Amino acid sequence: MKGWLLHHRQAAAQALRRLAATPLNTLLGALVLGTALALPAGGEMMLANFQRLARHIAATPQLSVFMALDTSVKEVDEIESMLRKHPQTLKVRKVPREETLRRLKESEGLGEVIESLPRNPFPDAFVVAPKDESHASLEAMRAEFVNYPHVEHVQLDSAWVKKLDAFLRLARLAVAFLAAVLGIALVAVTFNTIRLQILTQEAEIEVSRLLGATDAFIRRPFFYFGALQGLAGGLVAWFAVFAATLLLRGPVADLAALYGVEFALHILPLADSVLLLGLAALLGLAGAWAALFRYLRD
Amino acid sequence: MIRFEQVGKAYPGGIAALAELTFDIGAGEMVILSGHSGAGKSTLLKLIPAIERPTQGTVIVNGQNVSTLKRAAVPFLRRNIGMVFQDQKLLHDRSVFDNVMLPLSIAGVALRDAGRRVRAALDKVGLLEREKVMPVALSGGEQQRLAIARAVVARPAILIADEPTAHLDDDTGRDIVATFRAFNQVGVTVLVATHHDALFTPFMTRRLILSRGRLAA
Repeated sequence: MKGWLLHHRQAAAQALRRLAATPLNTLLGALVLGTALALPAGGEMMLANFQRLARHIAATPQLSVFMALDTSVKEVDEIESMLRKHPQTLKVRKVPREETLRRLKESEGLGEVIESLPRNPFPDAFVVAPKDESHASLEAMRAEFVNYPHVEHVQLDSAWVKKLDAFLRLARLAVAFLAAVLGIALVAVTFNTIRLQILTQEAEIEVSRLLGATDAFIRRPFFYFGALQGLAGGLVAWFAVFAATLLLRGPVADLAALYGVEFALHILPLADSVLLLGLAALLGLAGAWAALFRYLRD
Repeated sequence: MIRFEQVGKAYPGGIAALAELTFDIGAGEMVILSGHSGAGKSTLLKLIPAIERPTQGTVIVNGQNVSTLKRAAVPFLRRNIGMVFQDQKLLHDRSVFDNVMLPLSIAGVALRDAGRRVRAALDKVGLLEREKVMPVALSGGEQQRLAIARAVVARPAILIADEPTAHLDDDTGRDIVATFRAFNQVGVTVLVATHHDALFTPFMTRRLILSRGRLAA
């Protein structure tokens, strides 16, 4: 056990020495791997943010029920009680037309326009949260509410969330595909680096074998080398995405503000960061394994 | 310690390098292997640490049948055999100290202990003051002594050397031979292939003479 640990420590130290012996090569290698990894990692960062945005805006699907403008207060109250008694409604929030008017008057830019209107153009409205959030149930409720007296329009707020969801699923697939392709590239790059390493260390490998080194002893530093190079690439990718996030944060917040949404771009989540670094090291290891498998089989 | 029974080695194409070799080297013995160039001395030595395998017969080293040894067991056989190669096979990208350290790293000897043993081995061959130097900076004789230090640092039971005095002047050669003799005196079985038989005569060592791949005497 002690000897085993010692061997691993020596192998890791040797791999680090080899990386440090050729700093320029090491740096260039890390940059190549980092760039390849930054693309899917950046995509994942964007996706994670989109998803948070979608959840933030519409945590649960809602139905907006708009009344006709000429509906009387009594008739509106009747509809309200009908909505409240409906077996599928979880919560009903009334949005009186006066409140809508007041809220919009306060909003910058629109105030003067609304002030100049001869009468309140906004209808009374209800926001209904359903018990069953399935699309079928929401559609059924919408069809039912539309037929209530004096109801002008019913809007299903979940529709665009669904579209966004479908888009995100597609984008996720694209990121996964990109990650797979670039992962293969990473394995190939490591394979090549390790192959060259083996060639330059040929004398050492030969002598070590003659002095009684096992295959495992000879392979170990190369495994560490591959994993460390992969990890270095992963770190470069992480910092690239981190820098991009910070650079984009301001402009994205400005853009979101134009749509009336308060939104700050977040850096890559911890779980994704760990996954990125772990995968990078693992892919480096795989490249080393492929190179050694070919070389040491004889 | 080393036993050959009817050992033959033929290379592809039917060229027989060695044939019908039978001999026995006891523990603690020192034997020299002589013969003209191309007699098969190097091939014979290579059969002992399983660098080459015999095509006929049995090679037994330290009670182990090397002819049938599995590939995975070979490293452990070699750790018990110190080897001085004809071309030395020193690693020129590391210091004298680190060259001697390599067998101990391979064997997994703890660092502090290993450092002490490396210095002891370098001391025995008179290279202690040169531990930080790169092998390139050493003279031919010093390089040979470095190769010997590496061969003995792991305290093997057997020491084999292929032409260790080639390219050395007689004084340096005698020096090297005396070093082998010193290791032999502390119980190491020594087998040296050489065509400088005269250098060994003061020690009255047993001689195996190879001629065209067969034992001549």
